[in-house]
Amino acid sequence: MKKLINSPETVVTDALSGLAAAHLGLAVDVENKLITRAGGPTAGKVGLVSGGGSGHEPLHGGFVGYGMLDAACPGEVFTSPVPDQMLAATKAVDGGAGVLHVVKNYTGDVLNFEMAAELAGDEGIEVVPVVVNDDVAVQDSLYTAGRRGTGATVFVEKIAGALAERTAPLGEVAAVAREVNERSRSFGVALTSCTVPAAGKPTFEIGDSEIELGVGIHGEPGRTRGALVTAREITATALDAIAADLALTGDLLVMVNGMGGTPLIELYLVYNEVHKYLTGRGARITRNLVGNYITSLEMQGFSVTVCKLTDSLTDLWDAPVDTPALRWGR
Amino acid sequence: MDAGFFRAWVAEIAAVVETQRDHLTQLDAAIGDADHGINLSRGFGAVQAALAQASAATPGSVLVLAGSTLISKVGGASGPLYGTAFRHAGKALGDGPEVDLPALAGALEAALSGVQKLGAAREGEKTMVDALAPAASAFSKAVADGASPTGAFSALADAAEAGAQATIPMQALKGRASYLGPRSVGHEDPGAASTALIMRALRDVAARPAP
Repeated sequence: MKKLINSPETVVTDALSGLAAAHLGLAVDVENKLITRAGGPTAGKVGLVSGGGSGHEPLHGGFVGYGMLDAACPGEVFTSPVPDQMLAATKAVDGGAGVLHVVKNYTGDVLNFEMAAELAGDEGIEVVPVVVNDDVAVQDSLYTAGRRGTGATVFVEKIAGALAERTAPLGEVAAVAREVNERSRSFGVALTSCTVPAAGKPTFEIGDSEIELGVGIHGEPGRTRGALVTAREITATALDAIAADLALTGDLLVMVNGMGGTPLIELYLVYNEVHKYLTGRGARITRNLVGNYITSLEMQGFSVTVCKLTDSLTDLWDAPVDTPALRWGR
Repeated sequence: MDAGFFRAWVAEIAAVVETQRDHLTQLDAAIGDADHGINLSRGFGAVQAALAQASAATPGSVLVLAGSTLISKVGGASGPLYGTAFRHAGKALGDGPEVDLPALAGALEAALSGVQKLGAAREGEKTMVDALAPAASAFSKAVADGASPTGAFSALADAAEAGAQATIPMQALKGRASYLGPRSVGHEDPGAASTALIMRALRDVAARPAP
């Protein structure tokens, strides 16, 4: 294992200290692993809290700031945070209008956020959870823990965050978060594995000419192993899987996301294929993101996320945002 | 069995989880996300530290503290699930300074129902329930049949181990391994494996001569 670390045990806290030093707009409690906006809660505004295992940076801490999250709770690498962190985050961001929990659909995240919501309820804070489950690679949700939450999490946090900034009530913020989730689908592809620092070995073995189709964001396997073919063919496989589930028409928000170890040149190359595929089928990509937004440590690969926009979703997407990883209009 | 017995059990779990840390993580790497051994080792280390600081003087309070600490320190799915198991077991044991075998059998059943309620898992879905359910039931039956303590604890550990082994041919229907579909077949479930270790630790502590 070759990593830029001091010790496997201090990866998360050392990185949080760096985040704190780099971004003065954030208040980072390194010991309790809690990232909030500097300046405390905004009175009358719904607070947005998300969280999950570390190793997916910039998700979630990089999305804390004006127009997006109020707080993020990072767990250990690839391990959900604990209810204590989520409760502390919920209390820290409650401006009296209630708190939205944005939860990626993984058993650990769901269980811990459930416990935290119950504890917050006991303290008189209204919490509404929204579970993101956009990953079409999980085909048979009857026989699994259900579709995983992946790239659409970024869209949910941005769009719900924008509506919360306009001081919409909790019910409306939760409704738009659910709307974005329902209108979004993702599919991921891995070329290489990744190594959890504390494990020291790659999470899975994969041959030089093999790819994992439908990979999750923790290097957990997907639908099938396939041969390494051209970017055009791989992209078509990913988009075919999405198109089988959601009619890809109208105005689309599209994210081509790197898994952490993919050069930007390849992400733009993939974006070109995505663009040709979608416009060739009569859709319009009216908004896009190309880059590393929800990663899996140093994994090589990409995911593509598509959201069918409406005028009001586009308006919320365009609203000002000022976070370490997403910033425009302000 | 007094608080000292349950403290010894938790200490034995911590020791066993530490030695089996890499094995559990490798099981998890095969069908999950390669952190089960790491998380349990961190969790039971924290439980040991919490118990060293606490005066918990009854069997119930030892297990409730262990469970609360696991929920607070582990994260993932195993934190809430094991935390709930220990908390429910501890609450079922009540406030008495000593508990007998039927009380422990009731506590194991309470742990099982807590885990099943939270995780919504049934037997046969390739989870920790596949080790915990047969273990709890074998122990209850042995106790009801008037088995010796040694016999009852052996039945418990053997049933948990057999249950964990029986997950190998199963297809996972819950948790992260479920995403593999048929590819989850052929691997032992890490949660069932760690449950078997925890039950074996209970048998081994019970087999020690009284101090």
